[in-house]
Formats: sequence, C-alpha cells, structure tokens
Amino acid sequence: MRIGLFVTCLVDSMRPKIGFATLRLLKAAGCVVFVPESQTCCGQPGYNSGDSKTAKELALKFLSEFESFDYIVIPSGSCAGMIRVHYPALFEDEPELLDRFLNIAERTFELTDFLHRIVRLEKMPGTFRGRLTYHDSCSGLRELDVYKQPRALLARMPGVVLKEMVESTTCCGFGGTFSVKYGELSTRMSDNKCRHITETHAGAIAGGDLGCLLNIEGRLRRNGDHDTRVLHIAEILAGEED
Amino acid sequence: MRNASFDFKRQVTVKLADERLQQALSRLQSRFVEGRSAVISEIHDLQETRDAAAQIRDRVLNNLGHWLLEFEERATSRGAVVHWAETVEDANRIVAEIAALHNVKTAAKSKSMVSEECGLNEALEKAGVEVVETDLGEYILQKAHEAPSHIVAPVVHKNKEEISDLFEKVHGLPRKTGIAELCREAREVLRPAFLNADMGISGANFLIAETGSALIVTNEGNGRLVTTLPRVHVAITGIEKVVPTLEDLSTLLRLLPRSATGQSITNYVSLLTGKRGEGDPEGPEHFHIVLLDNGRSSLLGTPMQEMLRCIRCGACMNHCPVYQNIGGHAYGWVYPGPMGSILTPLLDGIEKAPDLPNASTLCGACAVVCPVKIPLPDLLRKLREKQLTLGIRPQRETALLKAWSWLALHPRAYALATKIAVRAMNLMGGSKGLLHRLPGASGWTDGRDFPAPEGKTFRELYKERS
Repeated sequence: MRIGLFVTCLVDSMRPKIGFATLRLLKAAGCVVFVPESQTCCGQPGYNSGDSKTAKELALKFLSEFESFDYIVIPSGSCAGMIRVHYPALFEDEPELLDRFLNIAERTFELTDFLHRIVRLEKMPGTFRGRLTYHDSCSGLRELDVYKQPRALLARMPGVVLKEMVESTTCCGFGGTFSVKYGELSTRMSDNKCRHITETHAGAIAGGDLGCLLNIEGRLRRNGDHDTRVLHIAEILAGEED
Repeated sequence: MRNASFDFKRQVTVKLADERLQQALSRLQSRFVEGRSAVISEIHDLQETRDAAAQIRDRVLNNLGHWLLEFEERATSRGAVVHWAETVEDANRIVAEIAALHNVKTAAKSKSMVSEECGLNEALEKAGVEVVETDLGEYILQKAHEAPSHIVAPVVHKNKEEISDLFEKVHGLPRKTGIAELCREAREVLRPAFLNADMGISGANFLIAETGSALIVTNEGNGRLVTTLPRVHVAITGIEKVVPTLEDLSTLLRLLPRSATGQSITNYVSLLTGKRGEGDPEGPEHFHIVLLDNGRSSLLGTPMQEMLRCIRCGACMNHCPVYQNIGGHAYGWVYPGPMGSILTPLLDGIEKAPDLPNASTLCGACAVVCPVKIPLPDLLRKLREKQLTLGIRPQRETALLKAWSWLALHPRAYALATKIAVRAMNLMGGSKGLLHRLPGASGWTDGRDFPAPEGKTFRELYKERS
C-alpha cells in the first residue's frame, strides 16, 4: 500500500517528532510511505480568512502532489477535513476537477481514522504508562466523525488509563488565526479547556491536532502548569523515541 | 434597533470581566445544552426530521412570493389585514397608523424579535402609544432599559438578585427574593396592562399559507392574553416565516421547542386565524399582520439564502463557545450568536459588523444542532470572503495573507522561510522552550505562552535521515 504523508505545515515547522511518530505508525501497519518534498500547507488559513482563490490554488497543488498514492494520511483532523470536505466544495462548479477532488477526498484520512478503520492496527509500536485525557478537535470530530477511533487505539495500549474530561468536544479556542485576532476570547476558551483538563488529574492531555495542542499547552504553561504533558496522539501510539 | 456591532472587540473585554454575567452564562450549559440533549432524543428519526424541516423551509424560500400571496389571500378571507413593510421605518409607520386608526392609547406586547429589529416600542411611544412588555423577561428588560441578550431567553444575562433589586425599585413594593414571589408580583403588576390595553402586539413564529394563520409558541400565557383580549391585535414578523401547510408546521414544531428550550412542547401553542367571527366568544375585533422584509428578500437566490431557513430557536447560540463566554449584548444588535453573526451583516450592513463573521473558531457546534440544517460555519466563511472582496479587512491582515499565500505556493521559498523562522523561534524559546512574547502575535501571547518549535523542519530532518 503506497501512502502519501501530508505532514501539515504546523507539524513540519513546530513538531517534526509528530511527523516521525506518524511514520513509525504507518510502517508498523505495513505501509510504504512517501513524503512529497514540495508540500506546504493545505490552504485552510487562507480559506478561513476568505481567500478561496489561494485555497483553490493550494488544492490543485495538493492534487498534483498526492493524487498518485493509494491513500493520503494526515496527522490532523483539521487539514484532513479541509481536503475531504472543503476541497470538493471549492470545485463544485468544475465537474472534471470535482470528480478528481471527490476521488482524492475518499482516499484521504486523518491518522487515527486510518489506523483504526482502514489498516486496523492492533498492536501499537509505542508504550505509555499513566492517566491520559483526550481533547476532541472540532474539524476531526464534526467533519470526519473522529471520536471513537483514537479511543479505540488507546484502548489497545495496556498502560493507558483514559480519564475523560467534561466537555471534551467543546472547542479549545484555537481556531487558527482566531487565536491571534481574538486573543482574549480565545484565551478564555482555552482557559475553560485547561480547567477541564486539570480536573481529570491526568498527567497528560492528548489530541489529534497540533494547533489545539499548542493553544492548550500555551495556556497551561502561562497558568504555571509545567507538569501536565501535552502530546499528539501519534506520540502516544508510536512512543516518543525517534 | 441601533447597531453597536462595530464595538464588538471592546465589548468582549467588558463581558469577559463581568463576573455577574459570567455566573449567569454558566447556567446555559445545564439549562439549554443538556436540556436540548435530553429531549431531542425523543425524535427517533432526528436526522430525517431535520432534512424534512430544511426541505420545507427551502420549498418556501425557493418560491417565497407565491407562498406569501397565498398566505395573504387566506388571511384576508378570514378577516385579517396583511401589511407589507419593506423597511423597519415602514413597519413602525404601519403599526403607528393602525394604532391611530383604532384610537389606541395603550398596547400590551408579547415577545417579538422582529419588533426589536424595528425598534417598534420607541416608535410607538413617539406616536403617543404606551407599550407594556408582558413577557416576563421582556418586561424586566423594559424596566431596566436594556435589550434582550438572547432570542429565546432575553434576560439570561441577569441573575435573580438583580431582578429583585429592579422590582423593588420600579414597583415600590417590599423586596422579594424567591422566583415564585417575583413572578407573582410581576403578574399582579401586569394584569391591568392586559385588561386596559387597546391593542395587543405579538410576533409570529410561523405563518401558515393554507389557513392564513399566525402561530405563536409561548410558555407564560401572556401571548394568549395579548392576542385575544384587546380590541386590536397586530402580529409582526419577517416575510420568511411562512410555511405551506399545517402538516409542514407539525414537522417544524417537533424541532422548535426541543431545540430552543429543551421542551417536547411549549406550554402554549396558539394558532391565530382571522379576527373574531360572529358568535365567537373571544378574539380581537381587528387583526393586522405586518410582514417585514428589511433586506431578507435580497438574500433570495444568493448563496446566503439558507440563512432564511432559520426558525429562531437559539440552539446555535446556546451551543456556541463564543456566545457562552460573552453573552448576547457583545454582538451589538438584535440577533446574537452564530445566526446573529450572519444576520447582522446581511440585514443591517456588512460594514457595520466587521468582527462578527470573524469572531468564530468555525468549530461547527452550531451546525450540528441547527434544526433546519443551516450550514452556519460555511455562511460565516462566505461573509469573510465578501469582506475580503470589498476590502474591509485591516490592511495588515490582508498583507500577511498575501505573503502567506505566495510562500505556500512557492515550496522552495517556503522551505527557506520556515527553516529560518523555526531556528529563530527555537532560540527565542530558551531552555524552557516557551516564547512569552511574539512580535505581531500579542493576541496569542498576552494570555498564553507560545511553545517553541524544535528547531528544524520535518522535511529537513526527513531528508537528513533518509
């Protein structure tokens, strides 16, 4: 199975180790993984800022880079949602391209969705011991129905004790450029999220989207919490060594 | 109503610091979110029902003129008079003329957001008509000289103590503290208002084309008194509220109270058809229906038409993490929350509310609960697109967007830029790996640290390692 890894602009620049954790997981599942070098960003920041034109250009770029793979896997529900849901919407009026985008959309998966539903990874390469709480990022949850998948994978790790927080599906306040444009509001939302995380007394918070995780980590640290670990689900499932 | 949406950002600061408001808002979750969740599951075919409801609304909107004329014909045949108001000024003038025609001195009013849109009370007061709000929440707000902060629960921003204080002040009666006592006091004060009113004013949740009826759903019973006791009844609502048949209505009524207040059905569902007929024991002698356009028809046939499906349940705001943290007043106009962030720029001017379409994480919680499946995040995004096209975004923002676009489309330049940026930020992060300040991104760093990048990009490392 030939997999194209779209690592996402955030993982690429901020947390390469999440990219390597993703590679380990895909290899553990028997996939042959390719990383197109010219990949940049899926276009969502522009799209959500009203710049559909650039979003379309980046969608075409993505298509040319990834169309040839059997599957495309992305360690982010937000970027995967962009490709699965919004790329086709952008080309609604261009039938030939729409067909190609619908086709690539069907083969594009958020990481945990792919591991759980497509390759059905039974044994996780990583080990993790301790209490963990999970934040459901909005796009993965509401655009891709990613909720059970990360939990099912975590349940296959003997050392993991999942402690659910209240309102795990409420937005953490990241929202891309929203987090800078409406910083005060965004901070209050992340504060609520941090409170719910702290209430679980879990040693770590995991999630499937780095944007949310940076937001959560940033608020936890500013609040003086330097102990709660903030990890991408790939880092838990694959283990942190690289 | 005056539009203060331009002041959104400043209002956010004020509302976030308002402890009493924050305490009041903390009750939204149990009252409305959990309330809806508990009863919406009674609809076993929920998704099919939402689809059907959306289709009913689309069927009307795709041929709105036809259904409105059909409604007018049936309503007229039952003795109602239908008035068409293109603008809020028209609506106010029409209602004032009706009042003058029937020699109205006092009016008792039940809840109507369209009347808030028009600023009807003010207009009537100017025309010499005394207006008394009789919905408990609206009555409280009238006495406090405030606007509703929620379309269903207008006074959700106030707590019991504030209302005790207010009643003591305006009623001049000993201070009451229990909810039942406060309600009794309001009821006693309001009773003469119903009995003395020459005119009753209500909204209408729906207009039914096949019968010419106006429907209102209420919980307090004031709606029934207002629409049946006074000589004259004026129902004011938006042109988009028409539905073809009673059968269609029943589908929408399965969803409306459950989505709005977490009730399987409201205490009162009043179907008002025509004026009092000969031999009828009750009902108004004159029934006027005022239908407001105020920009709604300009959305027909555009990508924003879906917004007109809205049945004003308020579920979008109840479930919105932005609304939950700031309440309705910050939005600055009649309609708050996600639906308001779309309606305000559409009905009152896109330039008046530059923040509203942007002040959302597009988390999608609203779209999931919308009973008529309005794609609210998509519509917010379309408004952002429109803002960009019209050039009403801040210059700095559009410049950054352009720079980002160019880089993302030029992989080699992008690789170089990210390579430099992640190294610089890694150094700035120091031993703790946290940036306490980030030039140009104080919106982030005022309240949060920015976790520093690792120092090299994934693609650099991947190349090195393979």
